[in-house]
Amino acid sequence: MALTEERIELTTGDGAVTREPLGVFKRPTAEYGWKSWLTSVDHKKIGIMYGAAALLFFALGGLEALAIRMQLAHPDGTFISHETYNQLFTMHGTTMIFLVVMPLAAAFANYLIPLQVGARDVAFPRINAFGFWCFLFGGLFLYASFFLGGAPNNGWFNYAPNSLQEFSEGHGIDFWAIGLIITGIASTTSAVNLIVTVINMRAPGMTLMRMPIFTWMALVTQFLLLFALPVITVALFLLMFNRLFDANFFEVDQGADPLLWQHLFWIFGHPEVYILILPAFGIVSEIIPTFARKPLFGYPFMVFSGIAIGFMGWGVWVHHMFASGVGPVSVAAFSLSTMFIAVPTGVKIFNWLGTLWGGNLRFTTPMLFAIGLVGMFTIGGLSGVTHAIAPHDAQQTDTYYIVAHFHYVLFGGAMFGLFGGFYFWWPKVFGRVLNEGIGKLHFWLMLIGFNLTFGPMHILGLQGMPRRTARYAEDMGWDFWNLASTVGAFIIAASFLVFWWNVIVSRKNRIADPDPWDARSLEWMTDSPPAVHNFDEIPTVTHLDEYFHRKYVEDENGRLVPVGSSVEVHEQQHAEAVEHHAAEHMHMPSPSYWPIVMALGLPIIGFGLIYNLWMCALGGLLLIAAFYGWGLEPSVDPDAPPHDSGPGADHPDGDGDEGAEAEPDSETEVAPVG
Amino acid sequence: MAETTFGHEGGIAAPSQPVSVPGVHGESPAAHHTSTGLSNEKIAMWAFLGSECLLFGGLISTYLLYRNRSVEGPTPSEIFDIPFTSVSSFVLLMSSLTMVLAVSSIQRGDHQRCRTWLITTASLGASFIAGQVYEFTSFVREGLGYTTNIFGSAFYTLTGFHGVHVSLGILMLLSLVILSLRGRLPTERAETVEIVGLYWHFVDVVWIVIFTVVYLIPE
Repeated sequence: MALTEERIELTTGDGAVTREPLGVFKRPTAEYGWKSWLTSVDHKKIGIMYGAAALLFFALGGLEALAIRMQLAHPDGTFISHETYNQLFTMHGTTMIFLVVMPLAAAFANYLIPLQVGARDVAFPRINAFGFWCFLFGGLFLYASFFLGGAPNNGWFNYAPNSLQEFSEGHGIDFWAIGLIITGIASTTSAVNLIVTVINMRAPGMTLMRMPIFTWMALVTQFLLLFALPVITVALFLLMFNRLFDANFFEVDQGADPLLWQHLFWIFGHPEVYILILPAFGIVSEIIPTFARKPLFGYPFMVFSGIAIGFMGWGVWVHHMFASGVGPVSVAAFSLSTMFIAVPTGVKIFNWLGTLWGGNLRFTTPMLFAIGLVGMFTIGGLSGVTHAIAPHDAQQTDTYYIVAHFHYVLFGGAMFGLFGGFYFWWPKVFGRVLNEGIGKLHFWLMLIGFNLTFGPMHILGLQGMPRRTARYAEDMGWDFWNLASTVGAFIIAASFLVFWWNVIVSRKNRIADPDPWDARSLEWMTDSPPAVHNFDEIPTVTHLDEYFHRKYVEDENGRLVPVGSSVEVHEQQHAEAVEHHAAEHMHMPSPSYWPIVMALGLPIIGFGLIYNLWMCALGGLLLIAAFYGWGLEPSVDPDAPPHDSGPGADHPDGDGDEGAEAEPDSETEVAPVG
Repeated sequence: MAETTFGHEGGIAAPSQPVSVPGVHGESPAAHHTSTGLSNEKIAMWAFLGSECLLFGGLISTYLLYRNRSVEGPTPSEIFDIPFTSVSSFVLLMSSLTMVLAVSSIQRGDHQRCRTWLITTASLGASFIAGQVYEFTSFVREGLGYTTNIFGSAFYTLTGFHGVHVSLGILMLLSLVILSLRGRLPTERAETVEIVGLYWHFVDVVWIVIFTVVYLIPE
């Protein structure tokens, strides 16, 4: 980290001009080891870090869930106190939504989108790294509250005015508000980045309607993030100003409207539901065609129903507030819109069934998880439709029926899809395939544990058991199903351990074929794991499911005829790339310290807001310094020794969509994460 | 989105621009290697501004909900000095004009004039901020603090967020001036100025909405 003093040369339009480097840090160069992860701007490494961090938070959120279920296993539970219980269910919900499902979706989106659209990296590799570090620091900031006077304790939606200082002392909710603002910055930057990547960096011939369906669903998700996050950011700022600076936004005796928070929160909160589920829909829409050996049934319908969900998701938020007295007109209108949004979702379910119908099915582990999503999400979707009926909803609001519903869509839907994605793309990411037998054990344990945990909650809810209550009396008749639910929770925990066992056992299962599933989309057309620059030569796309079309053609009877094995297609790709010298003269964006330094400024400002405003100034200075350091550092280090400085070598490229490190050797060791 | 709403500027950046300068890939605007022909940076700025619309949308809605709900004074009509704010709004709007002139200068390769207009834009923005600081202090002197009533909280938060946006814009404009002085803003990078201009115009447009909603609409 010395001051760089040597002068560098940058070529510009008006001849060579010698310029000061202006950098503070010497450019990091590590390509292996822990340092390379801290400074990496490679979308694949960042994707892996998102996944690893999210799985860590998944373990924490799972432990919180186990403590909750221990408390509720028997009437008058004494395992934890009321206050601890409140903190645990708040952190469980916040963790699972903001620190597990969203970053897991970000992991897949980061890793796969550039590969699926045929790009060398995302549009802004350093912003991508910044987004990851913001997410991680925001999550750690939130968890720091446990050690600094207690975690937030008002539920994942933290309804104001109940979340004000007089009802929730200590700083838990301040940590919550600021932590979520920081993770919101992460998601916003990442949304901008991925939107630009998809819109602007597709391979030649990759029209929008030839994009892999996961990329489509991830794109809709990014737009939802882009527009939903600022709304909750406003709500979080209002809450923070109210708590820390005595503003009056939620002071009812000052004339505040107690519904303001609910409206702002759910205008974010309902699109958020689709932010959580659409990436999983995209994942299973990739898995099912692969193992049914059929193209996705009704691809355009899948795309447009995803877009329709994206739009309609903005018009249903009041169904979270039916019991708040918003008036009959609102209730009727939002009941209708909520029923309507089931239509595009139903279209997706039927299209998956249509894909499975008549297919040559292979029940591999990813396929089991995908079918698990279709089944479990349908149950959750149907119980969701019952909430659209306002009188019915008024009965169920704040009961365990709601808890059952959203776990069926978020665990039965999103988590099954995401685990399916792990099994499906593990060989792509690590060059190793997860053990099928253990994988199936994982699936069945998770399916049984999941249904045993959340199925009985429908019954408990209909019997009137309220949410967010640490104890229930013995004579309520809720004992049996609560115990069953607790047993189920431990089975889920066991299934997660089985997953880790599988990861460890499978670390030697190297794959010889870079395409072990006989898959369809572009990411399988490169090596597994992919080289830093993804593709030696960016392929030209002529079909939806381009890769599959290079392996098979249809005869006149519509039967598939193989024209080349995956290994042959890969060898042909390599040969063409060598012939065209495509992998030479490439520069990939260089690693950088600035993203992590800049992200570090945010939690410092956060602590400053809570404890001492001078710390804000410190964090702010760090932020501004990092902003300039970043801005003045070229995306590609001009000092980096060119891997191949042939006469036509390209010069630094601001976007990083050009050029790559000429390192065709793809055997880069990528250790399993976690 | 970007193409339809900004087809005009997009047209400037696209084929007529001499982008084939050897060795400056990615620094040149648009044109090559992107699927839409627009540069990544420009689309990113549009996407970010779309997100910002919702941020200000949330703040403006909060203000509209709360402007007349205070249980005690001062109320908006008692405190606003419309002629003063009209002048400072005019100053801010004029800065959009000078911003356009700065972009046009650098696109023609006139760096000296570009710097002049950038500095003018930043100065107009700074005058606006100075006006806001004066306005805030005089309101506080007249008894409207941040915590006085619900109108005060909503007013200062909304206009404060806008003020921070203008200040960041000024910082970006001055950074461009310094970059230009150091020769780091060649004509091929004219788009950088244009993109900062997009941000600046957005902040101005938001002010038109805020000025109308906050100051002009009677109680």
